[in-house]
Amino acid sequence: MDTHKGILLCGEIEKGRLAPITVELLGIGRVLADKTGQELSILLMGSDVGGLSEEALAYGADKVYVAENPLLEHYHSDACTMVAADLCRKALPSILLLGNTDIGRDLAPRLAGRLQAGLATDAVELDIDPDTGLLVVTRPVFGGNALASVMVRNVRPQIATVRPKTVKPAEKDTSRQGQVIRMVAEVASSTLKVQVVERVEEKVEGVRLEDAEVVVSGGRGIGSSQNYEMIWELARLLEGAVGATRPACEEGWIPMLHQVGQTGKIVSPKLYIAVALSGAMQHIAGCSGSKCIVAINQDPEANIFKVAHYGVVGDFKEILPAFMGKLKELLAK
Amino acid sequence: MHIIVCVKQIPDPEIPSAKFKIDPATKKVVPPAGVPPVISVFDERAVEAACQLKDKNGAKITVISMGQGKVADVVKHALSMGADDGITLQDSAFDNLDSYGTAHVLSKAIQKIGEYDLVLCGRQAADWDSGQVGSILAEMLGIPVVTIARNIQAADGGLRVERVLKDGYEVVQAPMPCLVTVSNEVGLPRLPTGMGIITATRKKIPAWTAQDIEIDPAQVAPEGAHTEIVKLSVPIRDVQCEIVTGKDAGEAAVELAVRLRAANII
Repeated sequence: MDTHKGILLCGEIEKGRLAPITVELLGIGRVLADKTGQELSILLMGSDVGGLSEEALAYGADKVYVAENPLLEHYHSDACTMVAADLCRKALPSILLLGNTDIGRDLAPRLAGRLQAGLATDAVELDIDPDTGLLVVTRPVFGGNALASVMVRNVRPQIATVRPKTVKPAEKDTSRQGQVIRMVAEVASSTLKVQVVERVEEKVEGVRLEDAEVVVSGGRGIGSSQNYEMIWELARLLEGAVGATRPACEEGWIPMLHQVGQTGKIVSPKLYIAVALSGAMQHIAGCSGSKCIVAINQDPEANIFKVAHYGVVGDFKEILPAFMGKLKELLAK
Repeated sequence: MHIIVCVKQIPDPEIPSAKFKIDPATKKVVPPAGVPPVISVFDERAVEAACQLKDKNGAKITVISMGQGKVADVVKHALSMGADDGITLQDSAFDNLDSYGTAHVLSKAIQKIGEYDLVLCGRQAADWDSGQVGSILAEMLGIPVVTIARNIQAADGGLRVERVLKDGYEVVQAPMPCLVTVSNEVGLPRLPTGMGIITATRKKIPAWTAQDIEIDPAQVAPEGAHTEIVKLSVPIRDVQCEIVTGKDAGEAAVELAVRLRAANII
């Protein structure tokens, strides 16, 4: 296992730039590389991504592997697994980090299977064990009720996917130098077993959840899509985004894209207003990074009050109109 | 079409967090007394997806579950929803396996079952939330995998699958046999019918051991595990909730707005 050295990151590209998660991976990757005295490399896959090598170096990579192929223009599970596995077999990294994103969630377990390696997903903390020099990954489990620290034993690479917005992003230093290696990314379309037919972007009404400073979410207690209109109204008033719990989405009161939680969006706004939602742990996992949580719920025992900073116990149908009335007055000042 | 659905029995995730207990020494979760374990929510959706395909195209559904104790109960639940056959995988050698070990056991069981067109798994188990087993299993079986599906249709001799993405979805065409992991967007699981419950109760559910599926216990021994949980803890929440009150709900709401303003939050 001493044959495996260095830290490799799997980069993601968004609108022609390094994705925010990739800058975060470069941040934590650099910290781990310096701690262990190892080299930090990054793999960039795409149709035309070589131009981003300089940026990756500036953000702290020592080495950039560029894999260019028209078939890699968009993420393709079969193609990317092939290219990334191929690089791992040649470069033999000790640690491989990916984002816990659409891409990483798909790619990481496939690589763990193909490389017969070990994987810990959805890391919120990464460190090096001082005794063994191995990676220690801390991740929420049981819907965030517990935290588990996981180590990869017996096999390499030690793979982890990192939850977005949990580690410090790298800082840019354009004076940094490094090596750029162009890979031969051979992907014959005949070897791609799954064909992508189309990608459909669904526009979210109002402010995007990920970018919002204020998020207003409703739960099962809202009762109807008509009542949900009040959530929309409050969000508009605060120029915020509208979120929802899984049950509210499944009732059809609001599209699934608004779901906040472990399997939905993970948000960290300045203000999160949770209305008529009990605070199931899988939902809290998606909003616990908010700076201030306000809970409005009829049940004083609801779990949401255990994580909220401010709470009002009562019926939202009475509370929200009065709250909005006062808000309008305060915001007008 | 023969569909194999892998399901897992987990502690009920809907219990209030006050009832959630762990044993830090053994790094295990202590099952809450008096609350029966349930089928993992995403696995239940996988059964639902299988039943939808069966309704439309006709299919035979075999459900497998690796676990301890009353693991046959989750298989019965799937049978009562509309699955045709069930098998449990029970052996002390299968206790406490990591994702890789679990996938290995499932792959051996699936090889013993023989012919199949589609393997369905939940996108992740709703206890440890790893989201690994389906994809590793597909790699072991050497079949294509499509993850986090919200809709699965038989089309052009294969499957047309919609995958959930952050800002929308992706439509892919996959050949069979393949493995698909299922997300909650596939639809609410159907309720068991009276007839389904009767059929499920009468059904014989074989329990396969390591020997039955040709697994040498040494292959899945803890010493050889790919991952190890070195610590399990309950996070400390130091948030103190300030409950805002008033003579009625309206007054409390006004006071809330005032306090948020005073704290410079809005």
